[in-house]
Amino acid sequence: MNLDDLTDLAEKYREAEAGVDREVRVCLAASCQSSGAVPVFDALVAELGDTKPSCKVKGVGCMGLCSAGPLVAVADREADLQGSVLYRDVTADDAEDIVASIDGPPVERLRCPTNQPFFARQQKIVLENAGIIDPDSFKGYVAVGGYSALIRALSEMTPADVLREVTDSGLRGRGGGGYPTGLKWSTVAKMPATQKYVICNADEGDPGAFMDRAILESDPHRVLEGMAIAAYAIGANKAYVYVRAEYPLAVERLQTAIRKAKRSGLLGNKIGDTQFSLEVEIRLGAGAFVCGEETALMASIEGLRGQPRPRPPYPAEAGLWGYPTLINNVETFANIAPIVREGGDWFASIGTERSKGTKVFALAGTITNTGLIEVPMGTSLRDIIEVIGGGIPGGKAFKAVQTGGPSGGCIPAQHLDIAVDYDSLKTLGTMMGSGGMIVMDETSSMVDVARYFMEFCMTESCGKCIPCRTGTQQMHSILDRLAKSQATRAELTLLEELCEVVQATSLCGLGQTAPNPVLSTMRYFRDEYEAKLGEV
Amino acid sequence: MSLQQAKPPLPSDDKRWKLVNATMRRNGYAGHALIETLHSVQDAFGFLDEGSLRFVASSLDLPLSKVYGVATFYHLFALKPKGRHACVVCTGTACYIKGAGGLVERLQERYDINPGETTEDDRLSLLTARCVGACGLAPAIVIDGDVLGKLDSESLIAKLEELT
Ligand SMILES: Cc1cc2nc3c(=O)[nH]c(=O)nc-3n(C[C@H](O)[C@H](O)[C@H](O)COP(=O)(O)O)c2cc1C
Ligand code: SF4
Ligand code: FES
Ligand code: FES
Repeated sequence: MNLDDLTDLAEKYREAEAGVDREVRVCLAASCQSSGAVPVFDALVAELGDTKPSCKVKGVGCMGLCSAGPLVAVADREADLQGSVLYRDVTADDAEDIVASIDGPPVERLRCPTNQPFFARQQKIVLENAGIIDPDSFKGYVAVGGYSALIRALSEMTPADVLREVTDSGLRGRGGGGYPTGLKWSTVAKMPATQKYVICNADEGDPGAFMDRAILESDPHRVLEGMAIAAYAIGANKAYVYVRAEYPLAVERLQTAIRKAKRSGLLGNKIGDTQFSLEVEIRLGAGAFVCGEETALMASIEGLRGQPRPRPPYPAEAGLWGYPTLINNVETFANIAPIVREGGDWFASIGTERSKGTKVFALAGTITNTGLIEVPMGTSLRDIIEVIGGGIPGGKAFKAVQTGGPSGGCIPAQHLDIAVDYDSLKTLGTMMGSGGMIVMDETSSMVDVARYFMEFCMTESCGKCIPCRTGTQQMHSILDRLAKSQATRAELTLLEELCEVVQATSLCGLGQTAPNPVLSTMRYFRDEYEAKLGEV
Repeated sequence: MSLQQAKPPLPSDDKRWKLVNATMRRNGYAGHALIETLHSVQDAFGFLDEGSLRFVASSLDLPLSKVYGVATFYHLFALKPKGRHACVVCTGTACYIKGAGGLVERLQERYDINPGETTEDDRLSLLTARCVGACGLAPAIVIDGDVLGKLDSESLIAKLEELT
């Protein structure tokens, strides 16, 4: 298959749907399903029946405003989310009114305005198809130009060309560390080896983050396309997606996508009639946070306990079963097709000096609009929280936002104007991490939050090295005593010393960053720690 | 050589072992299929008992200690049977901020069990998980596989009481 064939195919798929000019899109991603989207979908299908052949009910992926689900959008076939009439908190009983509104005035009582900043201020690259295409439809993905980047790479570009575009794009890994993707790919590409692997890290162990889940549930082919392009660029013929078992819907949709892509010759043997072949397999996690760490993840794929090992050697040199391995996050791979399609320079024109492109954030906690957003790097925290997120509900005051999960820290109100990118957040003693943002109002106790994260790290520590295993336990017990106003000043000093030791001497990122939530809350909310000191 | 090796007989004629065997066969009885196999045992039987661990160990030609080590390392694998219903409270950060701790306490009080335990009448197991990825609905609860969101403790208990 060459590029023209694929374009013809896309054209054919679009023509087959030519009679349909209106769509009723029902979000069937996990969060909306939990709020009852499936009965809504069924009711809409039943209500519409055969009455309007020019209109179709379609299951789609996440539209972003998950807390208002189930969401239903009525739109012209080519329209995006902002160009549609959006309904929130829909129930099966509303089906009649929604179907009646297809050619008439909208149902005002259900409306969710799409000109509000939550939608209007976003810029979508990774999520460009989310909430618009049917994630289970191979045709739907091809019809919007899917797999053209892969075919283009295979037929018109050398692996070196692909590496150059990715390097030029300035894309940095979205899994947390922010390592330059082009550099990582080039390192693996340079390794002489007969066997190489590509791994997609879909473990998403960071609590409060659900970007990767939403991407896999909304647009799984995009991730596969990115992985295939990566495999071509580095010379791999085997790939794994390591997904957490807590995400059954994501696993199911990914399985469907792999099966359909393979049947259509876009995965498997001799992709697009070229010499390039790629097998993709899914591996399930089993509920261990540390398995998101790359060396632990590889151990887990090998069927072992997921315990990290010292690096170097890095996976790029000696990874899965000792072979050079490229491991990237879901969102990282989801950025690849648009980069190949539009060029690295285009991508590099978005974002900040040292953090390019957009970033998907998961907004959760005490914030009006909880859900997923995608904004250019460099958007200010204040914009994200107060404008796009709609601020704090219930008339309460903002206290802090926690970024970077258990490896990150809390940012107080006085720093809300910072432009969010990898480096700026580090100067505040936290990190971007995978993009989870948990907003806390004035009722949250920062000592309590620090204790919570320490408890997390303590229970998730794999136990391999002592500083992390026992250090987190000790820190947790001091924080627990502090939270109960039983700790002494000497213990507070000990806590600070422990932070340094654990940070400096742990083997993997889990232990090295476990003190971050403590250090950052101490830095900005020292008074709360002082106020909690016991009498002695 | 391992191609010729005789596979151990199924522990019983329970049909569910066939599913487990199918998983191992699909992966060529390779040792690295251990986690996949344990998943399929747990999907079929609800938990991993000693007999199944021994069966898996000999089928995949792995030491029992290794199989046991893996089974206990991962939180999702249960070595004890669960009750007829499982209520998993998400204790991830977003849910914690939205009061998941209070929910757990209230359930502990109401059913007199700690997380990880099952009521005496075998009706309900209380479990906790770290983020089920529905943080927009925090606090999130998974009852028998269905994710529910935005529940307070009284409506949660009412739901649990409805279960037979
Ligand atoms: C304790 C720990 C947990 C991690 N969890 C994840 C995860 O859930 N998902 C992820 O993509 N990366 C995670 N990482 C980072 C990975 O080790 C790795 O850097 C990343 O997958 C590389 O992909 P990227 O370059 O595309 O970011 C984790 C790291 C540590 C230390
Ligand atoms: S730092 Fe913690 S999680 Fe990492 S290897 Fe050591 S004990 Fe395991
Ligand atoms: S899951 Fe439906 S909007 Fe996010
Ligand atoms: S923190 Fe509970 S669902 Fe994410």
